[in-house]
Amino acid sequence: MTQHSPMEPTKVDVAVIGAGPAGMAAAVTASKAGLSVALLDEGQSLGGQIYRNIENGTPFRDGILGRDYVAGRTLAQSLRASDVTYLPRTTVWNISTDNMLDLSRDGSSSQLIADKIIVATGAVERPSPMPGWTLAGVTTVGALQILLKASGVVQEDAVLVGSGPLMWLVAAQMISAGTPPKAIVETTPKGRMAQAMPHILQALKGHRYLTKGLSMIRQVRGAGIPIYNAATNVRINGGEVAESVTFISKGKEHTIHSNHIALHQGVVPNQQVTRLLRCDHKWDASQHCFRPVLDGQGKTSVPDVYVAGDGAGIGGAKSAALMGRLVALAIAQEKGKALPERVDRLEAALASDGAVRPFLEAMYAPAPQFVKPAKETIVCRCEEVTAGAIQEAVDLGAPGPNQVKSFLRSGMGPCQGRVCGLVVASIIAERRKASMDETGYYRIRPPLKPIPLSELANFQPLEVAQK
Amino acid sequence: MAKRIENTGEPVQFTFDGQTVTAQSGDTVAAALTAAGIDILRSSVVSGAPRGVFCMMGTCFECLVEVDGVPNRQACQVPVTEGLTVCSQQGAPEVLEASA
Ligand code: FES
Repeated sequence: MTQHSPMEPTKVDVAVIGAGPAGMAAAVTASKAGLSVALLDEGQSLGGQIYRNIENGTPFRDGILGRDYVAGRTLAQSLRASDVTYLPRTTVWNISTDNMLDLSRDGSSSQLIADKIIVATGAVERPSPMPGWTLAGVTTVGALQILLKASGVVQEDAVLVGSGPLMWLVAAQMISAGTPPKAIVETTPKGRMAQAMPHILQALKGHRYLTKGLSMIRQVRGAGIPIYNAATNVRINGGEVAESVTFISKGKEHTIHSNHIALHQGVVPNQQVTRLLRCDHKWDASQHCFRPVLDGQGKTSVPDVYVAGDGAGIGGAKSAALMGRLVALAIAQEKGKALPERVDRLEAALASDGAVRPFLEAMYAPAPQFVKPAKETIVCRCEEVTAGAIQEAVDLGAPGPNQVKSFLRSGMGPCQGRVCGLVVASIIAERRKASMDETGYYRIRPPLKPIPLSELANFQPLEVAQK
Repeated sequence: MAKRIENTGEPVQFTFDGQTVTAQSGDTVAAALTAAGIDILRSSVVSGAPRGVFCMMGTCFECLVEVDGVPNRQACQVPVTEGLTVCSQQGAPEVLEASA
């Protein structure tokens, strides 16, 4: 064992976790400011999920995925042209005091000490707990899009179930690919447009997004796919694998047969790293998620730790890149470096890019069925814990997610609550009539991902370009 | 059924539970299995119910498989390589787990 390795951990000015738009932009800007930067990412290639496989685009796939996707290529090129040390296939599985990052990479482990850490780990899909959602063949809508981006694979019989811009985007992309979804089951409750209208004037400042959204929805509606609106009581049926989805729309029950059902209820910040680091988080009632508490420059409550991009609150790819640059500039300033670009322009661009958000958040807030699932619905997929069991644990005195976890093992499986966390917290809050902030979230502990013991024994020093 | 709309990589062969699967370089194990119409990757550790790919991005851990003898690998994070031996995973192998 190399527990007391003679090898010194590598040192770097800035470690950026995540190579999506925020991470790439932050890394490039920090490097331009004269700081040594390591960009650590779990994926095979640059881009994160939104720009997944961006460096291997073909004209055919670019045409399907659209202009906003292709825009990510410029960012990837600037990263390649920079002095940033980019480490793909690298999992950060722990960060300890004194800013030491434990990494797992290609079957070996290494360590890195960073003066500053930028968490750019993006978003995850909000869970859509419903009867039958654990059946094989049920995926998220995001999973379908990753298949398309990364491998050019589509599910021909997919039924999309849910709500939000990403669902419409994926439907439009599937149509462009010549394999439209079999049906769309829209779960946005009635009356949402009226709730969103007070935000329309502000949203018009970001009219590019509104125009794109409307034309996307028009394209999908014009494609002749069955679309069911304001669906409720959604459940998936099947034995070994998913066979059909049943729901009520316009007062009538419908069943659509398919082995591939894809779910979506929007995206929320990925909290694993900021929770591991014990950063303060607060509930955002408009986005219906926890987000890390940040100062105006992306700094968390923990010294030297910053967040940029969707992990700070959902803003989309363009905002993520702007925020990445701003956070890098804040760090450069703290380190006494000359700033390579102007802060005020970036701040103005960020404000205008975010104008559409309150409208979208009101329109596409998760439907009640998925926030307060029925008793028998499995909420924690890993340990198969139902909503009813969580309510009972609360009645027996469990005041928050961590006590429910020790009662029921919910959140203790391999995903460590990444999927169920928000729903478990909202079930508890509802039952106790407590706020989400009072209820809190799972305590996240290392390792962030399971690490084979053989890997820990195989310590390899890292090479990072210094300045 | 899954369909590949474009061939960009080189053909790569690996096995899943002994069955030969032809993938493309650049695929993850999960994408290759999905493209081959294989939706069941493991059985749940609690009820034994079949499970398959859910998020495709390393979040849900539904895609855990054994790769070349190493259990608990996320199929959606492991790239396919020629001759890889992938096995579905039944039950809960020993891992270094987060302490409760
Ligand atoms: S499918 Fe979710 S982690 Fe692989």
